[in-house]
Amino acid sequence: MLKRAKALFLGLLSPAVALVMAGNVSAESATRQLNMPQGVTEVSQAAYDIHMIMMWICTVIGIAVFGFMFYVMYAHRKSRGAVAANFHENHVVELIWTIVPALILIVMAIPATDALLKVYDTENADIDIKVTGYQWKWQYEYIGEGVKYMSELRTSQDEIYGRAPRSEHYLREVTEPLVIPTGKKVRFLITGNDVIHSWWVPDFGVKRDAVPGLFTAAWAKTDQPGVYVGECTELCGLGHAFMPVVVEVKEEAEYNEWLAGKKAEAAEYASTIGKEWSFDELMVRGEDVYNRSCAACHQADGNGIPGVFPALKDSPIALGAKEGHIAVLIDGVAGTSMQSFADQLSEVDIAAVVHYERNAWGNDVGDVTQPIDVLNYKQGQ
Amino acid sequence: MAHGPATLSDGLGKYISRWVFTTNHKDIGTLYLWFSFAMFILGGAFAMVIRAELFQPGMQLIKPEFFNQMTTMHGLVMVFGAIMPAFVGLANWLIPMMIGAPDMALPRMNNLSFWILPFAFSILVSTLFMEGGGPNFGWTFYAPLSTTYAPDTVNYFIFGVHIMGASSIMGSINIIATVMNMRAPGMTYMKMPLFVWTWVITAFLLVAVMPVLAGAVTMMLMDINFGTSFFDAAGGGDPVLFQHVFWFFGHPEVYIIILPAFGVVSQIIPTFSRKPLFGYSSMVYATAAIAFLSFVVWAHHMFTVGMPIAGELYFMYATMLIAVPTGVKVFNWITTMYKGSLTFETPMLFSIAFVILFTFGGFTGMMLSIAAADMQYHDTYFVVAHFHYVMVAGAVFSGTAAVYYWLPKWCGKMYDETMGKVQFWIAFIGFNIAFMPQHFLGLAGMPRRYADYGLQFADWNMVSSIGAFMYGGAQILFLYNVIRTIGWGKPTDDPKVWEGAEGLEWTVPTPAPYHTFATPPEVK
Repeated sequence: MLKRAKALFLGLLSPAVALVMAGNVSAESATRQLNMPQGVTEVSQAAYDIHMIMMWICTVIGIAVFGFMFYVMYAHRKSRGAVAANFHENHVVELIWTIVPALILIVMAIPATDALLKVYDTENADIDIKVTGYQWKWQYEYIGEGVKYMSELRTSQDEIYGRAPRSEHYLREVTEPLVIPTGKKVRFLITGNDVIHSWWVPDFGVKRDAVPGLFTAAWAKTDQPGVYVGECTELCGLGHAFMPVVVEVKEEAEYNEWLAGKKAEAAEYASTIGKEWSFDELMVRGEDVYNRSCAACHQADGNGIPGVFPALKDSPIALGAKEGHIAVLIDGVAGTSMQSFADQLSEVDIAAVVHYERNAWGNDVGDVTQPIDVLNYKQGQ
Repeated sequence: MAHGPATLSDGLGKYISRWVFTTNHKDIGTLYLWFSFAMFILGGAFAMVIRAELFQPGMQLIKPEFFNQMTTMHGLVMVFGAIMPAFVGLANWLIPMMIGAPDMALPRMNNLSFWILPFAFSILVSTLFMEGGGPNFGWTFYAPLSTTYAPDTVNYFIFGVHIMGASSIMGSINIIATVMNMRAPGMTYMKMPLFVWTWVITAFLLVAVMPVLAGAVTMMLMDINFGTSFFDAAGGGDPVLFQHVFWFFGHPEVYIIILPAFGVVSQIIPTFSRKPLFGYSSMVYATAAIAFLSFVVWAHHMFTVGMPIAGELYFMYATMLIAVPTGVKVFNWITTMYKGSLTFETPMLFSIAFVILFTFGGFTGMMLSIAAADMQYHDTYFVVAHFHYVMVAGAVFSGTAAVYYWLPKWCGKMYDETMGKVQFWIAFIGFNIAFMPQHFLGLAGMPRRYADYGLQFADWNMVSSIGAFMYGGAQILFLYNVIRTIGWGKPTDDPKVWEGAEGLEWTVPTPAPYHTFATPPEVK
């Protein structure tokens, strides 16, 4: 605590110095970061450079203008015997302070345009990754590779609500990060599934809204392996603060190994979809899926939030026919915030969560929902 | 002169009827000002809840769902309930007195435009107590979060926005009609006090964009209840359309808030510099230029939405242009002080703080206009800091300055100068402690509207919260100062009140009688 207070005090004392010095930020100094990160891509560097140019121009103008103002406030105060003059216009001066700022702006516009051209240079990418914003997680799809997965917050509710100590990665950790290789131009094609999200990785200088029905493009190319953390930056509902972006940049060989592993995983999953699951296996897996994907709205105790999100405990759907229950997850409910989970959860996960909802919190249907039931429903559509 | 207003000694019924049925511009101005102060306290309370929750990482006091309602209601109540009505109240009190008119041109509409406001806000605030809670989609209410994914109470929100929009349009028509038709003989347009000028221009902005807002919420209403798909991609609509429509209203809206504040400061600085306003005509032209530009820059709020590069470049250049007329204004204020005979009473302190802090907010605004850098700033606390520098240090500081400046004229009592200065310094210091660190938070990567944040943001959030509580406390002191002045302030009957005050409102007796300028004054 004392150490933090001291750090805080130093931070308060020297924001101006720190602003200049805080350019390159390591994980340790992140707590005292005051300035925009320089980042690891051409785009983030361009954003940083133009940011610094603007800041210095503003600083110089500010010192001149406020300096003059404080001089006036000191020199022309009545208590020092100042007598008011009576002039009230001077066309030359007025013309000068209209034209000079206009010229400064024109000069600023040149690097600003250059920087923006870099941001928009999304052509000729080596790798295309589709990024989809969901309430409240990200889905990454490696186009043409058959690899697709969800990336969700890993921080537990206990940490968020103070029932467990917070780790240093609090709200900065996900189940599975996006992985990209060094030295390749990666293009992100960003879209939204439900509401508008925004995918931001500060160290890449990439921030694009994830709008349903629209693709936006951004790109990154870096030579520095590492883990880069970002955030969702468009208000997207109650989980807005709880869907971080984590990107892991690996050396190309490591990346290829990782990608091969993911492909093998997908193949293996496809072969096990017909497996028969036991009641208890499904309950365990279902609870896990429920807490990650459903509890934010329907609450961990299944009671929902009255008037916004319906309770699942004693709900006619959860207690009714299995097919109807599966249908809600696969198709969503039109006109409400209950979206389709067909693309978000695997057949096994959907089966598990349906099973869990039918047999938890006093719901006691007692039947077992198998992945094959989900697959049959999907194929019967 | 007509009969005087009913006071409490005439009986409670008569007293209440006076306020409910009043068509007097001073009464209506008073109603607006008290209403806006009540809303300011309410919106401030919401802000305190937000800052208390953000005092430390983790969710301690409230749930994210309620947090979103607080950020939304804070924005809506402050913008539509506190700041806008405050300046309409000032306009009601001052415009007739400044142009030598006996009252507003349309007194009955004036009454109506005020009295529908409390209903609008009752409807809006009541949603907090309903099943589903209040609006939780941000004051910018982007679809589809505010349509398909909104709680059912969104319909009350839409109804409330419609009513307050109608109120604003009526108030604006009234101001335009008053200024065009009721100026005293000899009061030409280019002799009008700058406050009147800024308000006329603001009124035109309001009449132009309030219907656009009404259009946006009506389309939402249709999407939610009648199966249309204006903003629903699945039905062939476009969520981005909502943002274009909203910001076509929203950008002029921020100038609607700040232009009257410019006007107030342009009245106060000459008074305490004992010197006429420098560059009056360029001030008028600059205000008009800002108003014009406000219509053609809206998409700079949408740099990350994926516009084509040509659009980005256009909106970037157009936005940068705003710095020119705004700069002219700042230079004029400072040159007004140059070679003046300055004193620093409370209104002057607030006005000088306005110039400094607003200019600071202008600098960050210029940085935000650079699209490539905005990709990093967008929707972070950097933006939150920016618009609080221009909205709070801009509009609220100037509103506070206005109250201290004209309060002696309104009630014939002098406020306590020491208490005024104490309030100023607490507000000034508290404000900067609250919002300066938010620049650092934003640059370091903290997005806005976050109910919770990573540990790396903990320190500055705590500092910011402390500053916010301090600033909140200053407002309680403000309320105390005003009540104390009205009740127990030192009586004054000096028509000028301030040594350097110029203008028609300072020629009528102090306190201003219920009816002024029954016969128009002659302006030379």
